[in-house]
Amino acid sequence: MAAVRTSAEVAGNRVAIVAVLIITLIFLAPIYWIVSTSFKPRNLSTTIPPTVVFTPEVSPFVKLFTKRSQLREQPTPEEYEAAPWWERIVFDGGEKVVRDGKGNVQWSAYPNRFMNSLIIAITSTVFAVSMGTITAYGFSRFKVKGEGDLLFFILSTRMLPPVVVAIPMFLMYRTFGLNDTHIGLIILYTAFNLSFSVWLMKGFIDEIPKEYEEAALVDGYTRMEAFFKIVIPEAATGIAATAVFCFITAWNEYAFALIMTNRRAQTAPPFIPSQVGSGLPDWTVIAAGTFLFLLPVAIFTFLLRNHLLRGMSFGAIRK
Amino acid sequence: MGRERALATAVMTTLDPKSRAASRGMSDIAIRNLFIIPTIVFLIVFNIFPLLYSLGYSFTDFRASSPAAANFVGLQNYRELLNDPFIWTNFAITAKYVIVSVVGQVIVGFGVALLLNRDIPFKGLITTLLLLPMMLSMAVVGLFWKLLYDPSFGIINYVLGLGRFEWLSNPDVALYAVAITDIWMWSPFVMLLSLAGLSAVPKHLYEAAAIDRAGTLYTFFRITLPLVAPILMIAIIFRTMEAFKTFDLAYIMTSQPTTEVISIRLYKMAFQEWQTGRSCALAYIVLIMVLAITNIYVKYLNKVKER
Repeated sequence: MAAVRTSAEVAGNRVAIVAVLIITLIFLAPIYWIVSTSFKPRNLSTTIPPTVVFTPEVSPFVKLFTKRSQLREQPTPEEYEAAPWWERIVFDGGEKVVRDGKGNVQWSAYPNRFMNSLIIAITSTVFAVSMGTITAYGFSRFKVKGEGDLLFFILSTRMLPPVVVAIPMFLMYRTFGLNDTHIGLIILYTAFNLSFSVWLMKGFIDEIPKEYEEAALVDGYTRMEAFFKIVIPEAATGIAATAVFCFITAWNEYAFALIMTNRRAQTAPPFIPSQVGSGLPDWTVIAAGTFLFLLPVAIFTFLLRNHLLRGMSFGAIRK
Repeated sequence: MGRERALATAVMTTLDPKSRAASRGMSDIAIRNLFIIPTIVFLIVFNIFPLLYSLGYSFTDFRASSPAAANFVGLQNYRELLNDPFIWTNFAITAKYVIVSVVGQVIVGFGVALLLNRDIPFKGLITTLLLLPMMLSMAVVGLFWKLLYDPSFGIINYVLGLGRFEWLSNPDVALYAVAITDIWMWSPFVMLLSLAGLSAVPKHLYEAAAIDRAGTLYTFFRITLPLVAPILMIAIIFRTMEAFKTFDLAYIMTSQPTTEVISIRLYKMAFQEWQTGRSCALAYIVLIMVLAITNIYVKYLNKVKER
């Protein structure tokens, strides 16, 4: 930019700043609405006009985690007094917490689905990133016959529409009893992320000068030692970024999970929409579940901000 | 440390590292095979083999819901599908969706990138905040957009003053409503790539244009656009491919026949109507289309990479 600015340029910049602010607010409005709804009392979640100012409550989260049933009769004052704070919240909403024969509180299905999501996303990420890293090293450092074709083959497996792959996988999993199992989804997500991980890691490893390892080889390291002691530490940032991307992809995935699981291994993305049955859904509880589910990804997005470009372009575009 | 490395590098050039490495531990070729082959095998077993399996089924009348054995029917599934006007309707809906959402994403995404490509306070923070939607789960966020679109208490109707306008239950509007959500989620992607393209435009070109008293439009069409075009093209092809495959948003948000994109048709055919053989054939038709777009995409990726 020129050192001396005309008044028209300054005015143009001001207009741009205002426009950017307005656009940012519009883009964040749906996310703000999810977060704010998850702290609203139920009767304020669907009002006209929409409620913007309210006293935040944690009742949606209490309801999210507990199994509840309609109150037939009001609790006695003694019962109410004896109940812990979160149970009183449920009483206040005209419901009671379901307990088993021994008086243990029954949890809702949400924590279970959330755990399934965590287990499946983390395990598949570990597999995809470790396999992806060594394969990327192989492609980066050695001559591979038909390298371009192999890399295209690897990438094309990632581009397949989930529903297309899911039809034969469903039939095969049925034969092997893998439908609705954690291991079944872990395999699918590993395969899905592996291609991405190879492409992204190849970019990161290409950037590490070959001379580092070659120097180590001269110093008496074996190729394996050089890989583990020099390449892996140098590629640590890339590995971390790749892992976060794989985690987010597996965490967010919907179509495979919808088709391949229904209870035992169901993850949160197919579970959360399934709560919206017939009748009026309690949007505060759905918002609470959504908020907790989106939170890890939002945090990761901030941690990953400098690698987003690279990750989203499969390593093709670097800053 | 740096000096040691430099020294080692200097020594290395006089020796052949490969012969030394080969004499200890595994040979390079063994390591290369050990590192690459498992991944290729894994992908073949879990991606290619299933596809061969479904290729076989696509020539049969197999139904996964019935114990009856599959009968070979030759090309009948393909013939019927290609002559089925309803399938072509699904493809037409998909095409409409692709065009609306990709054009929307390019306009919004590139537009915001142009705005952000100046001295904006807190630019880094704003950019990250704007990128948030594309990182979130389409299914879970799409579900919440149902509340935003709700005709009686949704904030969209309230803010726009549309009264009780039906978005998702109106067959003429539903597809556009889903596309708007898609635009909201994925404009940030176009913006991210455009920003990278814009920041790579050499500043001296603009200075030269300013000296020549070139107009804003002239500068934009003669300098900015041609230089950003390759990266923008990557964004467009990638989004086209993803929009073509779209399933989550439309499936979660509506159940109108006018929003039945090809993935949803495929899902219903396979897992609700249990026409397994036929759905395998349709899957193959979709697959060939996706691979064609992927091919173009990879060509562009490599082109940009070389620069």
